[in-house]
Amino acid sequence: MSFELRGVSVRYSPALPRLALSDVTMSIAQGEQVALIGPSGAGKTTLLHTLAFARGIDSGSLRALDAEPWGLSSSGRHALRTRIFLAPQTPPLPPRQRVVTAVLAGRLPQWSLFKAVASLFKPADPQAAYEALARFDLQDKLYARVDRLSGGERQRCSLARLLVSNAQALLVDEPLSALDPALAQQTLDVLQQEAADRKATLICSLHQVELARAHFPRIVGLRGGRVVFDAPREAVSDQMIAALYQQAGREPQVSVGEEPGIGAGRSFASGCF
Amino acid sequence: MSATANPAIPSDPAWRGRVTAIVLTLVVLWPLLSWSEFKPWILLDAQSLQATGMFLASFLPPAHAPEFLLLVAEATWQTIAIATAGMTLALIGAVPLTILINERLSVSRLGTGRTGALGRSVRQLMRWLLVLLRSVPELVWALLLVRIVGLGPTAGVLAIALTYCGMLGKVYAEILESSDPHASDALLNNGSGRLAALLYGALPESASELVSYTVYRWECAIRGSVVMGFVGAGGLGQRMDESMKMLAGGEVATMLIIFVLLVAGADLVSKLLRRRLA
Repeated sequence: MSFELRGVSVRYSPALPRLALSDVTMSIAQGEQVALIGPSGAGKTTLLHTLAFARGIDSGSLRALDAEPWGLSSSGRHALRTRIFLAPQTPPLPPRQRVVTAVLAGRLPQWSLFKAVASLFKPADPQAAYEALARFDLQDKLYARVDRLSGGERQRCSLARLLVSNAQALLVDEPLSALDPALAQQTLDVLQQEAADRKATLICSLHQVELARAHFPRIVGLRGGRVVFDAPREAVSDQMIAALYQQAGREPQVSVGEEPGIGAGRSFASGCF
Repeated sequence: MSATANPAIPSDPAWRGRVTAIVLTLVVLWPLLSWSEFKPWILLDAQSLQATGMFLASFLPPAHAPEFLLLVAEATWQTIAIATAGMTLALIGAVPLTILINERLSVSRLGTGRTGALGRSVRQLMRWLLVLLRSVPELVWALLLVRIVGLGPTAGVLAIALTYCGMLGKVYAEILESSDPHASDALLNNGSGRLAALLYGALPESASELVSYTVYRWECAIRGSVVMGFVGAGGLGQRMDESMKMLAGGEVATMLIIFVLLVAGADLVSKLLRRRLA
């Protein structure tokens, strides 16, 4: 079993009573490909971060890759992180870095510190970076700087980093948000092909419902931090989709204790502008 | 009143805090100015003006005898050497301390938002060490070290190394912590080591700020080594001390011109390096 959640709840922050995820229970087998859909603010990103234990859980239990990350020591948990790749929605690439360095950073968990330092002077495996970029038609950007790339190119560059990693679980947060329809199709194909080739689990949050239904055998609908449906694609009907997105955000938020209401302005630090 | 202008919009929750902060700052600053006996008009009374005028008049023309220029050139070179050697030693101490106290590189923080007890106490100890190093001014270190290692540049180098290690370590860590954490967090979340996340995520984000601060500190070290020359730590300061005592305004003027040139040179180096990294 790749991931197993039982009654998992996650708060936005320890100080806020609102729940970003409430009572989520699901299990995902190794090698399975799952699409997460739902309106903005539904908890898709929080769920992906929770699965990658990039954020803690407030109640419930999480098993990932046959281990219990929150029962492990901090270093044990960090060792487990090398087997999971979390690709955030905004590409995490420093603007002044070269593409080849940014892509090869996907190998860092396997590299010794010496190799990491040496690779800053002379890229350790430019061939791997070139091949990964070529799958997104970006091979001619190998030695370009990240800030010379367009938004869509940056997004695919961060996915090329995913291709050079050797993770067994790929958690991808809206990989298509900056891409046109044709590129979106191609990019999704590459991701799914890669996951199938290395028998890795692929969990992908998407706003393109049609692409999700066309490509993924299993669809999870999230809304207000709760799983609305979790079904094979054949069982997902147009009515279920319509209900999922209907008047998004109009219903009251799930909360513990008192409703924060408009006085929630206290959650901003005075240094925010 | 603006409160009645549009009742549909809730009032800005940060507004009252901001006004309070400004008022508090003024209330605290005004007594500080009067306690420190800040009276700039003293500069303008007749006696001060006359003394200033006579000293300034002796500045012209700046001394330019060849043997004096040679002496000053040697002292300048010694000053630059003291500053550079001191900065290098300071960097050797500051870089590991920066890495140690940087909370962004904490692995136990991921997911929990809190660093572990061990990490917290090590960081706090290192922070105290940095406070200790930089709370003693380099002039005081120099006075102490002159007694230990004797008159000469060694005392100046060590004094700069100690104070600047404290400053560099603190400010480097703060520059790194205030840059965008997205890149290094993503690397840590995927299981990279701390140092790898620093090299591939945090450093490229803040490289030019770090370089600019380092060159600025080098400039400060040049000035600092001049001041320490007055207590016998060698270099341009020692020469200036001698000239001041002999009331040789022309020689002082030449050395002041050299200070300006040194600072302008440091500025140029900083500009070139930052353009290279931009």
